[in-house]
Amino acid sequence: MSNAEIDDSGRRSAIVATSVVGGIGALCTAVPFVASFAPSEKARAAGAPVEVDISQLKEGELIVREWRGKPVWILKRSKEMLDSLAKTEAKVADPKSERKPSELTPEYCRNQARSIKPEILVAVGICSHLGCSPSGPFPGGANVALGEDMGFVCPCHGSTFDMAGRVWKAKPAPDNLEVPPHMYLSDTKLLIGEDKKGA
Amino acid sequence: MAAGKKEPVVFTGLGGLDKPVSNLLTWVDARFPLMENWKAHLSEYYAPKNFNFWYFFGSLAMLVLVIQIVTGIFLVMHYKPDAAKAFESVEYIMREVPWGWLVRYMHSTGASMFFVVVYLHMFRGLLYGSYRKPRELIWIFGVMIFLCLMGEAFFGYLLPWGQMSYWGAQVIVNLFSAIPLIGPDLAIWIRGDYVVGDATLNRFFAFHVIALPLVLLGLVAAHILALHEVGSNNPDGVEIKENKDPKTGIPVDGIPFHPYYTVHDILGVVIFLMVFSAIVFFAPEMGGYFLEYNNFIPADPLKTPEHIAPVWYFTPYYSVLRAMVWPFFGIDAKVWGVIAMGASTLIFFFLPWLDRSPVKSIRYRPTLHLYFYIVFVVAFLILGYLGTLPPSPVGELVSQVCTVIYFGFFLGMPWWSRWGQFKPVPARVTMQ
Amino acid sequence: MTILKKILGRVLKPVVAAASVLAGAAATAAGGGIALDRAPADRATDVQALQRGAKLFVNYCLNCHAAQSMRYNRLQDIGLTEAQIKENLLFTAEKVGELMTTSLSRKDGKEWFGAPPPDLSVIARARSSGAGSGADWLYTYLRTFYRDPSRETGWNNLAFSNVGMPHVLYELQGEQVAKFVKVKDPHDATKTIDKFEGFEIVKPGRMSRIEYDNAVADLVGFMVWMGEPVAAQRKQLGIAVMIFLGLFLLPCAWWLNRSFWKDIH
Repeated sequence: MSNAEIDDSGRRSAIVATSVVGGIGALCTAVPFVASFAPSEKARAAGAPVEVDISQLKEGELIVREWRGKPVWILKRSKEMLDSLAKTEAKVADPKSERKPSELTPEYCRNQARSIKPEILVAVGICSHLGCSPSGPFPGGANVALGEDMGFVCPCHGSTFDMAGRVWKAKPAPDNLEVPPHMYLSDTKLLIGEDKKGA
Repeated sequence: MAAGKKEPVVFTGLGGLDKPVSNLLTWVDARFPLMENWKAHLSEYYAPKNFNFWYFFGSLAMLVLVIQIVTGIFLVMHYKPDAAKAFESVEYIMREVPWGWLVRYMHSTGASMFFVVVYLHMFRGLLYGSYRKPRELIWIFGVMIFLCLMGEAFFGYLLPWGQMSYWGAQVIVNLFSAIPLIGPDLAIWIRGDYVVGDATLNRFFAFHVIALPLVLLGLVAAHILALHEVGSNNPDGVEIKENKDPKTGIPVDGIPFHPYYTVHDILGVVIFLMVFSAIVFFAPEMGGYFLEYNNFIPADPLKTPEHIAPVWYFTPYYSVLRAMVWPFFGIDAKVWGVIAMGASTLIFFFLPWLDRSPVKSIRYRPTLHLYFYIVFVVAFLILGYLGTLPPSPVGELVSQVCTVIYFGFFLGMPWWSRWGQFKPVPARVTMQ
Repeated sequence: MTILKKILGRVLKPVVAAASVLAGAAATAAGGGIALDRAPADRATDVQALQRGAKLFVNYCLNCHAAQSMRYNRLQDIGLTEAQIKENLLFTAEKVGELMTTSLSRKDGKEWFGAPPPDLSVIARARSSGAGSGADWLYTYLRTFYRDPSRETGWNNLAFSNVGMPHVLYELQGEQVAKFVKVKDPHDATKTIDKFEGFEIVKPGRMSRIEYDNAVADLVGFMVWMGEPVAAQRKQLGIAVMIFLGLFLLPCAWWLNRSFWKDIH
């Protein structure tokens, strides 16, 4: 009994209808399974914003806080450090933080100092090359890679960053250090991981 | 196969694609017996055209197997096989993993539905004599699947590490200690500890997620290959291969499995999914039968729950175990209980040789046989029900009577299956 | 197979009758305790009641018990904001993302009460039985504490006799004593058993009886919700799934099957 003997126009429509409806069902069934790969409530709670008290932070001091398993630097820059930014302006690859702005630099930090308050730098201390954590900050003349300038040096492949986390031209790292979303709860209280427009 | 060399004709429903798809199939076919297998097992596997309701459960068992494997894989991603963390990790899946509750309920419901489907599938075999010559091996592979499934369910039940998990495993492992001489050491060896503990949980986890699923898949393949070798039985118990069209060589009462039974099974699958979803979404605990209440209490080695009962699909055999209370021939009642329980599951293997009836299907057997079947099924259900209850003197007596009926049904079969007036079996299948 | 149906009908009737006798016997054998009062069913889905229940729970239960599987921020599901949770309910944790733990250590718990107080995350599911739902049991249990000088804690309970837990809600309910009368044991005429006659409030609490029952119902509702916070969503989704399968996929599959099988005779 071959299909040719039988009028099968009704069959075609039935096959198409069942395939379409069944396909929708299969897709909907797949949603929970795909979605189960997303961070759990536990991971979300661990990745919740971190409050940092910066009242004790001394000028030139850098503290590291963990947020979502990443080292976040909070550096209180001296006047000398801030002044160095003008000198490195020409040496860095992306002085105005224009690359991948939504990922690397929140709107309120797209300035020369890449910060809300000029003296306080908040940045994720992970090199945009292969994920090592740069060392520093080095004063001028203290590190060969930086020459006379101040900044940070990645120990893995020698990428260099200035005092605003901007990457130097012609180095392995492509991008500036990431500035995470953050905001000031008060003058001395910093919240990392959430900003005013954030949900 | 000469037919395999022909150009495959493809209907995709999208005219322009027919040719490229045909070309692709020709290319594959020159390197892999795709069309040959497609034909042998689907489009030119001829199944009797008179399958009824009872014939849905084979494909449904396959569906549940797939559900269990897929949901199981996703559960393993979040579950922690560690006595200190297992219970919490299940609640973690239920609350913290996005959609984890759905995956878990599908798996827990699937476990019970697997047994529902397999019991009905086995009962179909009993009704229509599907285990009779030449299908003995299909049946034997099937019983092995059933035993494997019981092992899978037993190992899996320890994983949530609730009170029922714990004490169920404790009781079942202790059954092995009933074996004379080596028993106590064997039980310790199985547990890897003096009580059910972390080591036990880890090995049960390994068996549940890897060892038994592999065995299960192999057995399912053997079950289906054996079936496709001899062909399916049917409600009339007529061999359709004995009546072939002289020109085509195709059984006159056979229809290709694909498309006829694929579309038929799709309908069955949708109806099954409605039942399945109703349980998953509206009654995942199923009144304490699918998810036992006591299993929401973390395992406590120092405190046995007041009432422990295995999950419903084990209760008939559990009742048989409890029914044995006398020491026969100087051997402990405990040993007899274990022997009886083992025998009550292993006896299925011998069914093809116990049944001496001249016809396969219940349709053409004497009404007397139908009464025997009904008494057997009722005894089985009562045993199952009693197994969920705490022990009581009345229950003990009833379960002893039912145990006798259970074994009497099988052991008496060589005799009673020949009694009575048999009806004539038609030459061709009948459509009812 | 109509004959099968007829026979099944005839056989099943006495079987069902016998089974119900057995079940009855089993229930009396396993129960032992008192008949459970039915907890009001509407609380676990009533947001206002859940919020009141949550407040009672963190104030009275979390001192000794934990609910290790619950995060405070899950309380947003019952209509609370993060700020409200932080201000009113966060006693044992610092952040709303933390778990509902208890400051009582397991060791202290064991020393004080004989056994560490159990985790309450799924207590409402665990306490279900043939005698009633977990909610019924909790509702009865939390209302039947009575003064018993023979107990170390000074308290006993009708639903859970010789319980290690003292009555933590006594300020609300007041203190009551249970009246028992000696009656003949129905199973053994030579013995007498204590039959519960009723409670008598000896020291009134801050709430009237009706108010207290209501508060406990809220608390129990919260514990039911906490046992499975996703329950409401589960049922809603279930309706959508059933509609999809029943009204869309089933007719298609039916049609598909018919379009092929109409030619098979």
